[in-house]
This record gives sequence, C-alpha cells and structure tokens, in this order.
Amino acid sequence: MIYLDNSATTKPYPEVLESFRQVSTQFFANPSSIHQFGGKTETLLTKARVQAASILNVKPNEIIFTSGGTEGNNMAIKGIALEHQHRGKHIITTEIEHPSVYDTCKSLEKLGFEITYLPVNEEGIISLTDLKKAIRQDTIMISVMHVNNELGSIQPIEEIGEVSKDYPKLFFHVDHVQGLGKVPLDFKKTGIDLCTMSGHKIHGLKGSGIIYIRQGTSIYPLLHGGGQEGEYRSGTENVAGSVSMVKALRMCKEKMHWHIEKMNNLKKHLRTELEKIDGVVVNTPVQGAPHLMNFSVPGLKPEVMIHSLGESGIALSTKSACSSKQLDESRVLSACGFSERRSKSAFRVSMSYDTTKEDITIFLKEFKKTVRQLKEVMG
Amino acid sequence: MKYDHILIRYGELALKGKNQKTFIKQLQENIRYQLKEFSNVTVKRTQGRMFILLNGQNPDPIIKKCKQIFGIHSLSLALKVENDTESIKEVALSTLLDQPEGTTFKVEVRRANKAFPIPSQEMNQILGAHLLKNSKGYKVDVHKPHTVIKVEIREEATYITSSVIKGAGGLPVKTAGKTLLMLSGGIDSPIAGYLAMKRGVEVEAIHFHSPPFTSDRAKQKVLDLAKELTVYGHQVKVHLVPFTKLQQAIFKDIPEAYAMTVMRRMMMRISEAVCRKEGILSITTGESLGQVASQTMESMNTINEVTNYPVLRPLVTMDKEEIVQISRDIGTYDISIRPYEDCCTIFVPKSPKTRPKRDKVNELEANMDFQTLLKEAVEGIEILEIHHQEDRDEAFKDLL
Repeated sequence: MIYLDNSATTKPYPEVLESFRQVSTQFFANPSSIHQFGGKTETLLTKARVQAASILNVKPNEIIFTSGGTEGNNMAIKGIALEHQHRGKHIITTEIEHPSVYDTCKSLEKLGFEITYLPVNEEGIISLTDLKKAIRQDTIMISVMHVNNELGSIQPIEEIGEVSKDYPKLFFHVDHVQGLGKVPLDFKKTGIDLCTMSGHKIHGLKGSGIIYIRQGTSIYPLLHGGGQEGEYRSGTENVAGSVSMVKALRMCKEKMHWHIEKMNNLKKHLRTELEKIDGVVVNTPVQGAPHLMNFSVPGLKPEVMIHSLGESGIALSTKSACSSKQLDESRVLSACGFSERRSKSAFRVSMSYDTTKEDITIFLKEFKKTVRQLKEVMG
Repeated sequence: MKYDHILIRYGELALKGKNQKTFIKQLQENIRYQLKEFSNVTVKRTQGRMFILLNGQNPDPIIKKCKQIFGIHSLSLALKVENDTESIKEVALSTLLDQPEGTTFKVEVRRANKAFPIPSQEMNQILGAHLLKNSKGYKVDVHKPHTVIKVEIREEATYITSSVIKGAGGLPVKTAGKTLLMLSGGIDSPIAGYLAMKRGVEVEAIHFHSPPFTSDRAKQKVLDLAKELTVYGHQVKVHLVPFTKLQQAIFKDIPEAYAMTVMRRMMMRISEAVCRKEGILSITTGESLGQVASQTMESMNTINEVTNYPVLRPLVTMDKEEIVQISRDIGTYDISIRPYEDCCTIFVPKSPKTRPKRDKVNELEANMDFQTLLKEAVEGIEILEIHHQEDRDEAFKDLL
C-alpha cells in the first residue's frame, strides 16, 4: 500500500507500539495509588512529562496529557470561555479551522458567546489588519490553527502572538495538530497560552495527545473528578498512551531536521508534475507545510478517483477525514475563494517522514492514468 | 545571518584579584559540564575573555542553559571578524538587518587595540553612516535604542554583538567551599541551597528518611529537588540517612512537646558527623525566622547548641512569599508541593515547644541512650550522585 493520507492519521512506529505494550503490561498500576507499584507508574509518567517538556522547550507543569486533538481544542476553547466569561464573551477564530475548533466555537454561540470568524486570502492566510480590527474590549481569546489540515497553509503565528502581546488579558490558543513535527513552532517565543497536539499524527497511537497550557493560565476543566493532570483533566491517567506519545515525539524530533527537507523536495516535485497534468489545479500555496499537497480536478467527482486509486493500493483523501462525511464542498477551500467546482473536486496528498520518491512516482503515474480514463467516461 | 559564538561576561569575578584565575577556570569547567550534551561546542578563554564557539550548533538551547549558570554576568551572541574596516562594516550591517524592521539602534565602538588606525569616535560615525545608508526602516536613537551594536576591536580580532542577555550573576559554584544542605523536600530548603550556590558554594545534600513512615515517593521527591539544583553548577551528592529507629526512640523517650527540638538536634549531630567525614565546612538550612515552631530564636539557639560548625541560613530574614516566588522561578515549587510526608511531618506533636530551653533539653536527652542509634544512622547512610543530564539509561530507557 502507498499511504498518502498521513494528515488523517499515521502508522504507529513499531517502537511506539512496543512501548505501549510494555507499559500496559508492566506499569498498569494507577499512578495515584499509594503502593510502590503506583509510585513506579507515577515516576514513569513524570519522566514522560519532563521529556515532553524538554523537547517542546516548556516547563513540565505546562504539559497536560489528553486523548488527542479534538479534546485539546475543546478543552482550550470551552475551558477559557467558561472560566473567563465574566471578562467578556467575544472570541476570535478563523474560517478555516478544524471542526473541533470551528464547531466548538459554534457551540459557544448557543451559550451567548459572540464569535468572529476571520476570512482568509486565497492562500488560506488571515490578515493581521483584520485581526487587529476584530479585537474588542470584551475579546477573551484568539484561536488560530498553525498549519491548515486541508491546504497546508501556515498562519503567521509569531505575528499573531505579537499582536496578542499588546492585550495581556487575551488568551492565544493554537491548534498545532498538523504542524507538530512538520513546521517548528516555539511556544514561548510566540507568546502562545494554549497549544493543542495529537499523538496519532506523529506516529503515536490514537487516544493520546498533549495540550500545552502556559503556567498561570486558568481554565474551566471539561472533566471534573480526581484532579489528575494538575486539576486540568480528571480521569485515571492513560500512562501507556502518554508515554508512547512522548516516545513518538522524541523520535520525530530526532528525525525532523532532515526529513522536513526531504518532504519539501518531494512536495516540490509533486507540484511540478501535477501542474503539468491537463485539468489539474494546485490549491496548496507555495509557502505551505512540507507534507501537504491539495489540488483539484474541476468537474471530477473525487470519490470516484479515491476508490479507483484505492484499487491500485494507493490511499489519499478528498478533504480532511474529519469533514469528508459531509458531501458538500470544502469549507476551507471555499473560504479561500475557490469556485464551487474547484472546492468540490479537491484531493489531498499528505506525506510522512517515510514517504519515498518512488511512492510519489507511482502515485503520479496511476493518477495520470485514472484522470485520463475518467475524463473519457465523463466526456 | 549565523552567529558563530557566544561571548561570556563575568562582572564580579574581574574584581577578585589574585584568585581571579581560579574563579575563571572554575567557571569554564562549570560551563563545560552544563554543555556536555552539545558535543561540537567548545568553551575557550583568551585574553581575559570567555567564548562559547558554536561550531554550527543552534545557540538558543545553549543560551538557555548559560542563563542559569552562576558566575555569568551577561552573555551576547557574537560574530568574530578580522580587523579590517570593510569586513566590520559588512558584518555590523547584517547584525542590524537581523533585527526586526523598525528597530532603533546605536553603534558603540571600543578600540582596545590602539594599533587599529581609526579611532573609535570616527569608527562610530563610519559604521553608523554605513548602516543607515544600506538599510531601510531602521533609525538611530542614541538615548534609548532597542539594540546596541557593539563593536570591540581587539588585538586578535574584532567582535560584533547586538543584544546583551542577562546572566544569573553570582559566583561560579565550587569557588567558595562546600556546604551540607539539609534537604527536607519542602519549599524552603532547595531555595537555601540555590542561594548558597549563587555565592559559589558547592552543595552536598543530606536527607533523613524514615521508612515505612515515609514513602519511596518522598525520597524520589528529594532526589528530584537535588536534580533541579544541578543546573546551576555541578552534580549534587545526596546523603540519605536512615532515621526510623532514632526517630522512634525520640518519640518514645522524650515528652511530646520537646520531641521536635530533640529530633532537630539529632539531625544536626548527624549532619556534623557527615561534614567531618567528607571535609565539608558548614551546614545550610532553609530556616526562616518565625516561620514554624522550630524556627523561633529560642529554637535556633537550642538546636544550634549541638554543633560549632557554622550554620548558614540564607532564608533567615525572608518572607514566605519571597521564598515561594524564587521556588516558582527556578522550578522547584511543583516538586516541593507533592503531598508526601517527610520525617518532619510525621509524628508532629500537637503543641511543640516554641521556646525550648537548652538546660531542659539537655536534661531530657540525658535520659536517652542515643549514641548507638546516632552511630547506626551515620553508618547506614546511602550516598547517591545526582547529575543534571537526563538519565535515560535506567529502568524506563526503552519506554521513552
């Protein structure tokens, strides 16, 4: 199988799986139990937290283990909204967020919050002028994703951080799920208060994630109970999930440097070749993330193509997996101002560190062939 | 633009006269110890200056580490160029262009090398003019500039730096003798150790544990605290004293109200024994006057009676809030508040004597045979060496 749907999820590294297995069998005790076995497990979890903090260049108490990206985004947005609503009920986000941010914001509208959804240009980037204009007396939070999951466009997080520094009471949340391991981000330097990350996008396991919450930031927890994770998230800790995610994080960090360059080269190649194909338009901006390539074949029903390529053992996706159940056009692409025909016929190739030149060559060959065939059928 | 080295300044050390050389050597060794993991980085001394040669290494994590090393007054990212006006002009310009647009600046030339043909004032003007002419969006502000581009023309080369990063100050650890820190696991004692280190003192720690009344987690907590201290200078040796028997004897033989005072005196005696054995010259505690029963003036007087070793109390006049603030800043707070009992919190008498008298305590201790137990405790001491590097090679190695 040629797997080009790494933005939907990645294949876990064998070492990560092995770590999960070992922790689940040897360190299954509850870290809160006071016996020695509990103590061991607790020490292990602490080590994992310290290691994650050192990789991400933050403090250990700023690392909160979660179940993944959706939880992290919900926790950040609802948590800040509920905790700080007395200060204001206005939140700023963008039109191209992942559903776990976008729909969370929608849900807050029902509770009386007002949300500004910032528009984007055709490269999928917000304007800082729009952002500055949108900030009001009662704004309590800005939530902007780092790398867009459909297009790969990169938001100017550093500049947004600069803007938000002028409003010390404003919280800045970043959905870093697609950026982690692909586009470096310094949380401290950019003044981020909360940052969501997910394990299974970096060859960890589903059900593991991390949210960075800057020391001193108070949120209203989604989950109340035993007060685990520094009261931010109750529930018996998923030690195996967390430890294995930190392992995946370390492995990615070690590989990251030269693999980014490799993916960038593959992406460049992919772009050149795709642009040569009659009827194909590339949607991803040139300055995008290294692993993502979005393109359309206007007039073509993408599902047909996905199934047809699937027959040849190639996996890619239409838009993001999380929204692909809604059959209408992509919200993200239409926000960029693309025509309905273009937004309805988009494909996404997403690579990992392990994607090879050969994978891309085979994909291109099969893709060209299928485009030709389908065009003949559809006249 | 890529910086090739970091310039280290060591303010106070420069004043240390004859000892200066030892101090600087020690600082160099401490920096090397902290930067061990960056294998391609070198720490060099030339002409009364210290440099970290980056050799292509990203400077950010190195600066982060250096900011915690005592004895460093300030540091700057720097570039080394030849003593040649054209090269200096070029590099000064790229240093400026490295700053965000809109930055105001001034140029500061120091000509230590009087053989260089252009005097500093004139060089200031030449460089200022060059920078203004060849950049856009930068302005000169001689009074309150965002950045000062410093150009130091020395004999061997010229060094160009922009921002000055504040260091931890203090003196290099290991230049002011050794102390034994009584490390309990609370908020105060690690701060006392930290402050002693700030003045160049090398710290070893002593901890009393009373299993099964105190748990492995309480012990781990102390080791974790010791580890936090290692980032300021060197490895920390921890002496773990088995205290159960002695503590039980105290609570059996001594009236409840005096048990705390006697326990403290026993700890002091054991600490002094360790000092003698290890050649350590003083004892450091986290006591702060009036904080709890054992820290009244009377208590200190009574407890201190058992040793004539100097007892350093860096926190003695500090408020609790000040201590907490430091512990938050240096990252020991979250470890200190882990809720495990240590030997000072078990067997706490309901109403300890806040004004114990020496005579009375001596009288009570005379009824108790503690010499054997003391000896046993000292002999049973376990010594652990804590290093600052992540010890990934132990039990959890393969898991993370």
